[in-house]
Amino acid sequence: MKVKQLSLFLENKPGALSRPVKLLSKAKLNILTLSIADTQQFGILRFVVRDWEKAKQLLEKGGCVVKVSDMVAIEVADEPGGLAEILETVEKARVNLEYMYGFTLKKEGKGVLAFRFDDPDRAIAALQKKGISPVRSVELFKRLEG
Amino acid sequence: MSKHAKSSTVSFHPLSAPDFLPLPQLRDLQLQRLQAIVQRAYDRVALFHKRMDERGLSPQDVRTLEDIAKLPFADKTDLRDTYPFGLFASPMKEIVRLHASSGTTGKPIVVAYTKEDVQVWTNVMLRAFAACGVHEGDVIQNAYGYGLFTGGLGAHYGAEALGATVIPISGGNTPRQLMVMKDFGVTAICCTPSYFLHLIDQAAELGVNFKELPLRAGIFGAEPWTESMRRRIEADSGIKAYDIYGLSEIVGPGVAMECQCQAGAHIFEDYFYPEIINLKTGKPCPEGEEGELVLTTLGKKAMPMIRYRTRDITALTSEVCECGRTLRRIKRIGRRADDMFIIRGVNVYPSQIETALLKVEGALPHYQIVLTREKDLDVMEVQVEVTPEFFTDTVGALEQLQSQLSRSIESTVGVRANVRLVQPRTIARSEGKAKRVIDQRKM
Repeated sequence: MKVKQLSLFLENKPGALSRPVKLLSKAKLNILTLSIADTQQFGILRFVVRDWEKAKQLLEKGGCVVKVSDMVAIEVADEPGGLAEILETVEKARVNLEYMYGFTLKKEGKGVLAFRFDDPDRAIAALQKKGISPVRSVELFKRLEG
Repeated sequence: MSKHAKSSTVSFHPLSAPDFLPLPQLRDLQLQRLQAIVQRAYDRVALFHKRMDERGLSPQDVRTLEDIAKLPFADKTDLRDTYPFGLFASPMKEIVRLHASSGTTGKPIVVAYTKEDVQVWTNVMLRAFAACGVHEGDVIQNAYGYGLFTGGLGAHYGAEALGATVIPISGGNTPRQLMVMKDFGVTAICCTPSYFLHLIDQAAELGVNFKELPLRAGIFGAEPWTESMRRRIEADSGIKAYDIYGLSEIVGPGVAMECQCQAGAHIFEDYFYPEIINLKTGKPCPEGEEGELVLTTLGKKAMPMIRYRTRDITALTSEVCECGRTLRRIKRIGRRADDMFIIRGVNVYPSQIETALLKVEGALPHYQIVLTREKDLDVMEVQVEVTPEFFTDTVGALEQLQSQLSRSIESTVGVRANVRLVQPRTIARSEGKAKRVIDQRKM
């Protein structure tokens, strides 16, 4: 039910992002989606790859600080109210949404968003009760990579 | 390897006898040697001769040990000004060895040894090893740099004379250091404390567990370090960390060494006469007060140093040590007069920044202090490498860490510092001395 996300510490300076990206590309690891949180001095690169263990090892060897977190990928109808329903469900379950970003995938009028909850398991349980089922990693990778 | 191998018996090395000389006898010996060395320097070193004459002094004016305070100081500039051989007191044919400093600021400084000088050096290094319980049968990994730097060969000769097995691995190549340490059953290591911390950091990655190794003692020196670094080294590696002190201008490593009491380094006073002076006035400090360490070589033939200003800040104690050595001890040198910087009128030492970082993180991260001047105002930036333990996935938590570090520095040194979190391994690691302060202020 959960998708592994890697987070990297980046300094806010030229070349900071290209270094890890190059490492991944050399190892033929495809970034399925990414997002960057930034402040004036530093940023956090967050991304999803299929073989996250290999990516983590590789980046750590390359001198990066890497953290792994669990994300929940959810299919959202591409229409007004699609996201609202999901948010309402987790709010009711008192789960806090820390951040979210999208996957570049849209099929049959539906998009997939990646959510970072403070309690992913509770969020999943609440969503399932409402009949919203998170996308499994295997299914997600299949769809993204064809 | 069993834990059992870590225990050691304190053995007394016959050559350590001078460590325990009764005080009156030690003082007599020092006076005799001081008078001889002043005479030698006066007769053979032009600069010293000139300075004595200018003050209307002759070697005969040294009648007691206290008279040393009348003599002129020497410092690093003298070595630079007389580069390369201007302070030698022996003809070249009697000089069997030359060493030189790395020369990061201008010309290097050159130091020389006669055969007898090398023997003295070997003797004090042997006594240094013996003082911390390292003896015959130990396997010593000597990771001080071999070459022009005095660290490598100094420790090497002493360790060999002791009858230990010496591995002259020199500095650098961390994976090989760890492999050798494990495969050769190393029981003692010599290197800089910051390099040992680097070894600890790398050990886990390379599959080495320090606590399973027979390694039991580290002889750490060549840069200032702190009690908190000692605690971290000892807790993380399970060894005893001993402070060794020395400088090329005097002999190299082996000027002073901690005994197993770890309560300050004993100066091998029969060869090196210590004084503590007030930094500003140059007058002797009362016992126990901090000041600059000034050393006089009592037995050096090739290059006698009279009242050499080390720039190291410490205090001297003559309290009797539990180990029974009569040699006076210097307090751990955590700072150098040269490392101190003044920012907005406040004197700051890197060791204070270290303390502040430790308070927050519990372990010492790699850091660097960068001083700049913006609109006529000094700005101190402390760059701190992000460690896996402190990296969280949210911006808020990292910003909080930043401000905690910044507050801790301000409350420790009384000056505001901008803390900048930087990527790991982006601050230069030296395998020799760590460079902590980068001053980019244009005065």
